Amino acid sequence: MFGVSESLSRDDVAKVADLAMLTLTEEELDTFTGQLAAVLEHAKDVEALDVDGVAPTHHPYPLSNVFRADEVDDPQVGDEALAAAPAAEDHQFRVPPALGEEP
Amino acid sequence: MTEVEQPVSATMLSSWASISDVPREQGALPDGWEFVIGLEVHAELATKTKMFSPARNQFGSPPNTNVHPVCLGLPGTLPVVNGFAVELSIRLGLALNCTVQRCVFARKNYFYPDMPKDYQISQYDRPLNISGWVELASGHRVGIERAHMEEDTGKSTHVGASGRIHDAGYSLVDYNRAGVPLIEIVSHPDIRGPEEAKAYVGELQAILIAIGSSDGKFEEGSLRVDANISVRPAGSDELRTRCEVKNVNSLRSLGRAITYEGKRHVDLYEAGEHPRQETRHWDEAGGRTRAGRSKEQAEDYRYFADPDLVPVDPSPQWIEEIRAALPSLPRDRRIALVAMGADAKAAAIAVDRDMDGLAVEAINAGADPGRVLTQVVNNLAVDGADTLDSHNFAELVKLESGGKLTSTQAKTVLAEMVVSGRAPTDVAIELGFEAMDSSSLESVIDGLIADNAEEWERFVGGDDRERGKMQGFFTGQVMKLTKGQADGKAVNQILQGRRNRQ
Amino acid sequence: MTANPQTALEIAADVRSGSRLAAAVIEPYLAEIAQREGEIHAFNEVLADGARLEAAAVDRRVAAGEDVGPLAGVPIALKDNMCTRGIPTTCSSKILEGWKPPYDATVVQRVAEAGAILVGKTNLDEFAMGSSTENSAFGPTKNPLDTSLVPGGSSGGSAAAVAAGFAPLALGSDTGGSVRQPAALCGVVGLKPTYGAVSRYGLIAFASSLDQIGPFTNTVADAAALFDVIAGHDEKDSTSIPEAIAPITPHLEDGAGGLRVGVISELTGSGPLADGFEPEVLAQTQAAAEALAAAGATVSEVSVPSTIYGLSAYYIIGPAEASSNLARYDGVRYGLRVEGAANTKGMMIQSRTAGFGAEVKRRIMLGTYALSAGYYDAFYGKAQRVRTLIINDFNRAYEDFDVLLSPTSPCVAFPFGAKDDPLTMYLNDVATLPSNLAGHPAISVPFGSGRNGLPVGVQVLAPMLGERRLIQVAAVLEASQNGAGQ
Repeated sequence: MFGVSESLSRDDVAKVADLAMLTLTEEELDTFTGQLAAVLEHAKDVEALDVDGVAPTHHPYPLSNVFRADEVDDPQVGDEALAAAPAAEDHQFRVPPALGEEP
Repeated sequence: MTEVEQPVSATMLSSWASISDVPREQGALPDGWEFVIGLEVHAELATKTKMFSPARNQFGSPPNTNVHPVCLGLPGTLPVVNGFAVELSIRLGLALNCTVQRCVFARKNYFYPDMPKDYQISQYDRPLNISGWVELASGHRVGIERAHMEEDTGKSTHVGASGRIHDAGYSLVDYNRAGVPLIEIVSHPDIRGPEEAKAYVGELQAILIAIGSSDGKFEEGSLRVDANISVRPAGSDELRTRCEVKNVNSLRSLGRAITYEGKRHVDLYEAGEHPRQETRHWDEAGGRTRAGRSKEQAEDYRYFADPDLVPVDPSPQWIEEIRAALPSLPRDRRIALVAMGADAKAAAIAVDRDMDGLAVEAINAGADPGRVLTQVVNNLAVDGADTLDSHNFAELVKLESGGKLTSTQAKTVLAEMVVSGRAPTDVAIELGFEAMDSSSLESVIDGLIADNAEEWERFVGGDDRERGKMQGFFTGQVMKLTKGQADGKAVNQILQGRRNRQ
Repeated sequence: MTANPQTALEIAADVRSGSRLAAAVIEPYLAEIAQREGEIHAFNEVLADGARLEAAAVDRRVAAGEDVGPLAGVPIALKDNMCTRGIPTTCSSKILEGWKPPYDATVVQRVAEAGAILVGKTNLDEFAMGSSTENSAFGPTKNPLDTSLVPGGSSGGSAAAVAAGFAPLALGSDTGGSVRQPAALCGVVGLKPTYGAVSRYGLIAFASSLDQIGPFTNTVADAAALFDVIAGHDEKDSTSIPEAIAPITPHLEDGAGGLRVGVISELTGSGPLADGFEPEVLAQTQAAAEALAAAGATVSEVSVPSTIYGLSAYYIIGPAEASSNLARYDGVRYGLRVEGAANTKGMMIQSRTAGFGAEVKRRIMLGTYALSAGYYDAFYGKAQRVRTLIINDFNRAYEDFDVLLSPTSPCVAFPFGAKDDPLTMYLNDVATLPSNLAGHPAISVPFGSGRNGLPVGVQVLAPMLGERRLIQVAAVLEASQNGAGQ
């Protein structure tokens, strides 16, 4: 798989779930490990390709310098957004207390 | 952190200080130790709208009123770059002597409730500005690694617990600041102490304000500093474990935080221990840094080029247009004043107070550079000084230089000029500071000698004590007769001259 | 489907001329929905009342002599990943259930300005991740041609809505084939435009560099008309093509004479992918090639070698972008929140774990892994380079050919649960996803039938902004079948 020789492990999947803010049951962990490993195994086919010196494509239609004028557009969506929030108080979004600090 | 040698060429050296001559800061640490400090300064850009969203960029609004679907990160919304934010960032890059290059926005992925998309749009391996430098008033140069564009986060306020079990309180999130354009200026670890750090940030602040890129207000969070601090035995070139101190929100705090953290490191080393590489927070009230929560695992931000945005590729023409429109920078202004004969320290103060323009004009109008700077430094740190007419100011300095006004009188006249905007001679006449040239002063003194022969004899013939006493007598009489307009120094000179002739 | 046989262009012409009321047009569609929607489940939300109000408004404007637009009075169904102000937009996910956007997507504004009438929001694989619409949190959509079969996906609801006669027009989104493959499986026309031709503003992102909105219609002419309405620059989308996009409708009858058509050998039975294609599908593709030759095109085989690596690149790039795009569903600002967690992080984890289905979790994890430290170069970086190789191969092919031809899907519509292994399901996209990686346009046109008499879709591919070539060729294929009485 893309030059990474070792196969995807159950621990890898657990670590990735943690990064992605998901919890998996033991059973899901087993199932997902097998399924993701199979996809990555299939992806090994590109090891046959020589991509040295090939530039990556980030956008199919290459553009640059797409700018907006520094002009205010205020559609007044604050109230609507707060009304759609799971919890709000004092015109702010309410969440349980933070644990851990901003990186 | 890699130590990068700053290339120094003859052409890079300023006309008034060379880097090797610059005395470096000492004394903030115990003998035998020196600081190695690199700073990351975040400055909010002075735009009307946010970096990628047309919501208002404005401090102090009621919560969640400067918001738009884009900066709330609502599903389906897309970012579009604020072109003026790019221009302000390029201005800074040029002012910091950076290379301005084609750049890419990248997503920095981490979950945080202040961040509406749970990723921050920043720049990673292709930032806008790289490889520059800032010259401080001392002449020392601090290398700039990069100055890149990114978006700010919102703000959480913790609401305290009620005290009941299981109630740890909660947080309220305001997204007014989310998406405000920031430039992050990353220095090389070229800073050697708290004063130098303050001078560096002060210089950045002055530059940001001068070029209009930011209002530079610490008190509104427009400027925020994270300091990477380590220490090492003085003179060595090793790089030891550094700590990143966050939440430093004033120049004074910056100095205190660095001093505290440096001493903490030295204490640890001298006790045979080592600091841990970690993030620490400056506690202003406690006057100390505190360890942040230790991370369970290494950060993995999964940076990748933001597929919703396209590269920014400033054309050489655009860059040159921006460069041509840049105002004179603090360093250039200091150099200009020194070249006109000003003292370096006074020049730095004048530029810092934005009074150098007045000084230059006064000097150009023929006023003595030394006296001009003395007036600016000592007597013009007042409200309204910026309205002073440079021609009038030059006249005042000339009156003082020519002995028409004493320094005390000049100060009084200047204060009145600032208030009323009137010409110095008018003010002087009104205050009764009539022009008193040395010939009229001599005739006053000659008259006194004639009227007070006994006192004059005691002055000429008496011992030192007697002469001193009589000198006081005559000076007092002169002042009485001239209503204080005479220059004491000139009176003494004339008295000595008359005595020598006897 | 015979329930509502009028084309969108016929309806618009009638409504614009005043010969039929939009209010009258909408009723048989609403009646058909009332009758069969319970069985098909094409919609997450049917907007019957809103549609009637909009239709009445169109009629008033026609009566007032206004130009109501090229789609006046034409019912349209929108995939439920396009934001509609005040109307629930869910992506068929529990995590967005009930969420009402405070703004309209650009395409929603454009079809409304063109006079189209919104009849409902259609079902999809959750966050458009899937090829069968089985991944919807609100239950699968059934293929109107045979309800024991899937309609394809991820835009299965939109394809089914058109195939069932619920609306003559629908919009879907195509990230790896999500318009073309369900179009093929439901026997309708599906167009994936050039990347950047249609604004993505308001389309809830799956994979930003691959997503593109496109039409479902019964006829090629309707697809061209709907494309002409939705295409064009949008300053709210930085990846939107800044140049004007010429209308393609004038090219409907240009014919195939003199066109050079290349049949992609890797997708028609040669090489490592050969086994995956049903023989009937390959036979119809061959028949389509012959029909084009009969219409005056020069047809020959062409190799586009790196297309076979498309799947690997796609299933790295798509999930990588998705893992980041879907981070915002954290229970803080909108959508599902699981209450009771002690802290924010716990709340986020519980909400995401409860709110996302298995396929979405799989792709988020695959993408997170592909972007994580130590693996970026091996996976994402390499995939983006493979993407370049695919583009280069296509561009080489387009030196000798005006359009390329392949099957849309390796197979006709399949039963529910038939492809429950993810990799097997992913292989369904093998012919469609190269166009997404390259950003090129492609269209699926129904062409004959395959196994069990089910419709087969033939795919026509063109280089950047080659939509006019696509409809030119697709119209010939369409006409050749009408001539054959199919």
